Amino acid sequence: MKRSTLILLKVFTWLACLWPLGLLLLGAINNNLGADPTATITFATGLATLRLLTISLAITPLRRLSPRLGWLIKFRRLLGLFAFFYATLHLLTYVALYAGFDVNAMLADIARRRYITVGVAAWLLLLPLAATSTNWAIRKLGGKRWNRLHKLVYLAAVCGVIHYWWQVKPGVLTPMTMTLILAVLLAARPIQAWMQRRKARAA
Amino acid sequence: MLIGKPPDIPSSEITLRAEYDRYMNRRRFLRTAASTAVAALGVERLAEVVSPRIAAQAGTKLQTVKSPLTTTGEQLTSFEDITHYNNFYEFGVEKDQPAKNAGGLPTRPWTVRIEGKVKQPKTFDIDALLKLRPLEDRVYRHRCVEAWSMVIPWVGYSLSEFIRQCDPLPSAKYVQFLSYYDRHVEKWAGQSTISWPYSEGLRMDEAMNPLTLLTFGLYGEVLPNQDGAPVRIVVPWKYGFKSAKSIVALRFLDKQPPTTWNDQGPSEYGFYSNVNPNVDHPRWSQKTERRIGQPFYAQRRTTLMFNGYGDQVASLYNGMDLRRNF
Repeated sequence: MKRSTLILLKVFTWLACLWPLGLLLLGAINNNLGADPTATITFATGLATLRLLTISLAITPLRRLSPRLGWLIKFRRLLGLFAFFYATLHLLTYVALYAGFDVNAMLADIARRRYITVGVAAWLLLLPLAATSTNWAIRKLGGKRWNRLHKLVYLAAVCGVIHYWWQVKPGVLTPMTMTLILAVLLAARPIQAWMQRRKARAA
Repeated sequence: MLIGKPPDIPSSEITLRAEYDRYMNRRRFLRTAASTAVAALGVERLAEVVSPRIAAQAGTKLQTVKSPLTTTGEQLTSFEDITHYNNFYEFGVEKDQPAKNAGGLPTRPWTVRIEGKVKQPKTFDIDALLKLRPLEDRVYRHRCVEAWSMVIPWVGYSLSEFIRQCDPLPSAKYVQFLSYYDRHVEKWAGQSTISWPYSEGLRMDEAMNPLTLLTFGLYGEVLPNQDGAPVRIVVPWKYGFKSAKSIVALRFLDKQPPTTWNDQGPSEYGFYSNVNPNVDHPRWSQKTERRIGQPFYAQRRTTLMFNGYGDQVASLYNGMDLRRNF
């Protein structure tokens, strides 16, 4: 890929990733966040997190489809870090607007309310991944160990989707699309590995 | 120094009244302008075909009288928010969907069936129901189980007045409300696993409490479809989902009827579902609430026992464990 194309794509990715935040900021400035602004902010940041996590998890299966898609790897870190960024905003929304910075109330919530427990768990799983996202950290850990650590993202994504299901009212099917896409992306990994092994044996 | 007697009406209400009147004038003007335009074009007949029986349409002004049961001292939630932030799952599970999708709800002709433990099953036409009693303006707080709240100027009369016309038998201990359901009109009903029609219910003494409102309008006008046109129930001391919309039948029963959200999640939504800050929803606290229309940084409000209507309704639950009967 040409360097200029790559830069253009990176700029586009940055803009796309900042889009949900931009909409929220614009809404906040214009007092136009809907009838229930707290709910709007919570939902927008949560959805952005799950979407970005899902897209970042699509990169590896897509790359395996064709060697010509190898360049996609250059976008994975960016997407993953933006997912963590929105997860953090989502968490802060809860801390500020729901719990009102009351530590005891938060601890009680985490202990008693399973959707909050699993949501906080998802954020805690993403935290070490974000912390080890620099080139320096990758070198320091070594590729193999870094890779193993970053498999936590699967668990984080699953926790995120469970958080979504446990948050909606019983019987509401809104999280279904996200769940199915994530299921396909997670299933693609062993399937692609199995196909590769079969190809290797045939050769 | 404060000398003299304070005005009878707080200034906040004066502003609101002025806003309300401005709002009403604008609506009237728009309607007049629209009908003038229609007349000028000579397409009245077409208008009649497109939207028959204008008198039944949302936005039509209703003749109302004052009510001593109205809630005072609260700032009304805007008409825009009341009509664009709705839970009406037959028209979609997102809050903005009912306003977009409920246009097809056929509010005329409309009848309400009276069934079950009554002297004689009957059917009432909506226009007869509208004339049964004088329509009252009743401002109520509205507390959703999702921990948000509004203040809504409803129009209607006490359900008890209607129930007296239904001649329930002494064996009738509960009344069930059934909402309209047609999957061809309510194409969004499949966004959840709820088995339709929507069903709600009250104990007879709850239904007979004068606060329980048979509701036909809001802000002095016919109910917009997304708010439960043409007739709904409003039970202001219970979480919003108890106030069933678009009622087609009242069924008098000797035992507690199955109700929609209680069936969906018995641990989350009790049959009584009285607003109660001391009993948490399993997934969130009910101690505080967000008032709709306030900015995100506004202080959350303290939720009141029975949504602030304890004086009128607390005696209904004497001797009951409200933690168990949530």
